Amino acid sequence: MFVSNIEDIPGKTITTCYGIVSGSTVRAKHVGRDIFASIKNIFGGELTGYTELLGESRDEALGRMKSQAQQLGANAIVNVRFSTSSIAAGAAEIYVYGTAVTVE
Amino acid sequence: MDSLTIFLILLALGFVFGKLAERRHYRSIQAREEILVCLPATSCKKPMGNSSPINHVELVHGHVVVSVDYFKQLLAGLRNFFGGTIQAYETLLDRARREAVLRLKESCPTANEILNLRIETSSISKGGSGDQVGSVEVLAYGTAIYYQPASSQHSSP
Repeated sequence: MFVSNIEDIPGKTITTCYGIVSGSTVRAKHVGRDIFASIKNIFGGELTGYTELLGESRDEALGRMKSQAQQLGANAIVNVRFSTSSIAAGAAEIYVYGTAVTVE
Repeated sequence: MDSLTIFLILLALGFVFGKLAERRHYRSIQAREEILVCLPATSCKKPMGNSSPINHVELVHGHVVVSVDYFKQLLAGLRNFFGGTIQAYETLLDRARREAVLRLKESCPTANEILNLRIETSSISKGGSGDQVGSVEVLAYGTAIYYQPASSQHSSP
């Protein structure tokens, strides 16, 4: 599966277009991490717990988008975009979308 | 009286540790940027000045969540009252962006070029009291290009 955030896959040509595919996840951390993060907020610096959490959810969203593209029979996704929004204190939604295509 | 003592302790802790952490972070960012300077990342969509055949492409991303310390949060609150540049947040965002781009580059050290680099910022925790920034997440993503090695062009499939 080729994935790129440009309009094409460099070095390949697009033959078929299947339309938009997307993946999203909403995740929250457990309370322990929340407490740890609020303590870390006094000292400043990187919040490793949150970094990990967002990394995992982004990978999951990407995976869902890729499996959706595979179901359509595509072998590449172009023009991928990420967007993040916090819907409640302590929970974040990660949304990934792109265009499923076949390349040769 | 007790709450004032706690407040002052928090302020002192934030000032000392925040300053140390920021200095250490800047040092590590500068050292890693020097190592990775040979891997160019552009916001263009086409490779520039290089027409060698492309082996494969890959979506790469790097991200980081950084928070500001208690002392700077207070400082920024005061600044909000008088207006003007809030340097505490400027350095926070600068550090976060550079760190995210570095992590993106570190995830594909063998790539030749990174195209269409996008940087996205979102504040993930709107602090308990009011709408202070507290912590930000920065995500950098782009397309890594791997050119075919010039020496093995005739032998590669």
